[in-house]
Amino acid sequence: MSAAVAAEPAKVDPMYQFTIKPLAELELAGFDISFTNSAAWMLVTTIVLFGFVLGGMRRQLVPGRWQMAVEFFTSFIDDMLQANIGDAGRKYVPYVFSLFMFILFANILGLLPLGVVGLHPFTFTSHFTVTGVLALITITIVLVVGFWKHGLHFFGLFVPHGTPLAMVPLIFVIELFSFILRPFSLALRLFVAMMAGHVLLEVLSSFVIDGTNAGALWGGVVGLPSFLLMIGICALEILVSGIQAYVFALLTVFYINDAENLH
Amino acid sequence: MPQIAQLADTYASQIFWLLVFFGLTFFVVGRGMVPKVMSTVADRDSQIAADLAVAEAARAKADGEEAAWRKREGDNRAAAQALVAKAKADAAAKAEKKLAAAQKRLDTKLAKAEAEIAEARNNALAEIEDVAVEAARDIVRRLAGVSVTKPAAAKAVKEAMAHG
Repeated sequence: MSAAVAAEPAKVDPMYQFTIKPLAELELAGFDISFTNSAAWMLVTTIVLFGFVLGGMRRQLVPGRWQMAVEFFTSFIDDMLQANIGDAGRKYVPYVFSLFMFILFANILGLLPLGVVGLHPFTFTSHFTVTGVLALITITIVLVVGFWKHGLHFFGLFVPHGTPLAMVPLIFVIELFSFILRPFSLALRLFVAMMAGHVLLEVLSSFVIDGTNAGALWGGVVGLPSFLLMIGICALEILVSGIQAYVFALLTVFYINDAENLH
Repeated sequence: MPQIAQLADTYASQIFWLLVFFGLTFFVVGRGMVPKVMSTVADRDSQIAADLAVAEAARAKADGEEAAWRKREGDNRAAAQALVAKAKADAAAKAEKKLAAAQKRLDTKLAKAEAEIAEARNNALAEIEDVAVEAARDIVRRLAGVSVTKPAAAKAVKEAMAHG
């Protein structure tokens, strides 16, 4: 599929890292559901997340470091829901926690320098098929909760209080449009942020490699500064991993709040 | 951009496996484990709150006991002071009584002594009178050769002594 891209030697293709490669061909009802490197990293993320939370299940009265770390994350999500939605937000903790931790772990696992040992990490959150599905799940929950709790009053969400009667149709269209755009902004934000960081790292690494290959002078002028910049960008990317997971979870909470409490 | 170039080939696999693994995460981790972790936190919070309440109650009890002890101590002190004051007053009264008795004894002694002195003086005076009467009769007899009776002489002496 992507062998043509990989065939060119001595050239760093910054987009190559996003290529999906099938590891085992599978088919279901006419759809190609091959187990790919992307799916493999979803599996890794699930296992690591499971292991992480399992370490926090010792239920000790005086928690150890691990248990404390897990409890920090659950309390963090719990507080976020409590602050934005109120007591009704409690029941969304499992979903928002899963979402936040799944994205966070995927982002961070995708940054691990495992390429050094020949195991190339794949950041599946840099694919809009993945972020899009997550965004659609969130919006589905918002729609289901909204119509379940408020019925047709849920459309009141698109007409803010105090809108002059003459403006209602226009405001309704604008608000509806912004609502429809929500899953796209949610999905694209995460996908673009993750892809941009990884592309930047790859481009800088090509500067390091090509600069160093061109001799000591270019290695010193281009390669070394690029390398130092890469270290900084790596730190920044770790930050972005956390922030993007947080933003995704926070926006999900805001949207669920709209459905729970309207305005 | 593989995300777009491979979209048609991979979307089914991406969506399928994401639903599988995110579903696993949601049901096993989110629904299965997170509530347990949160109940641990809630249990701990309630236990801490309960412990704090017990400690607070114990402190209040200790405060109450201290206040009671202080009150008892104050009562005891007041009682002791009253006892001391009473003993002091008793001792003072007793001393006064003794002193009064002693004074009375002294007074009677003094009165007796004064009476004795007065009597002795009177006796001495009477003797002097007698001596003076005898002397006056003797002098009169020797000078005038007249014998004066004793009462007349005594009368004259008395007159002379009264006039000094």
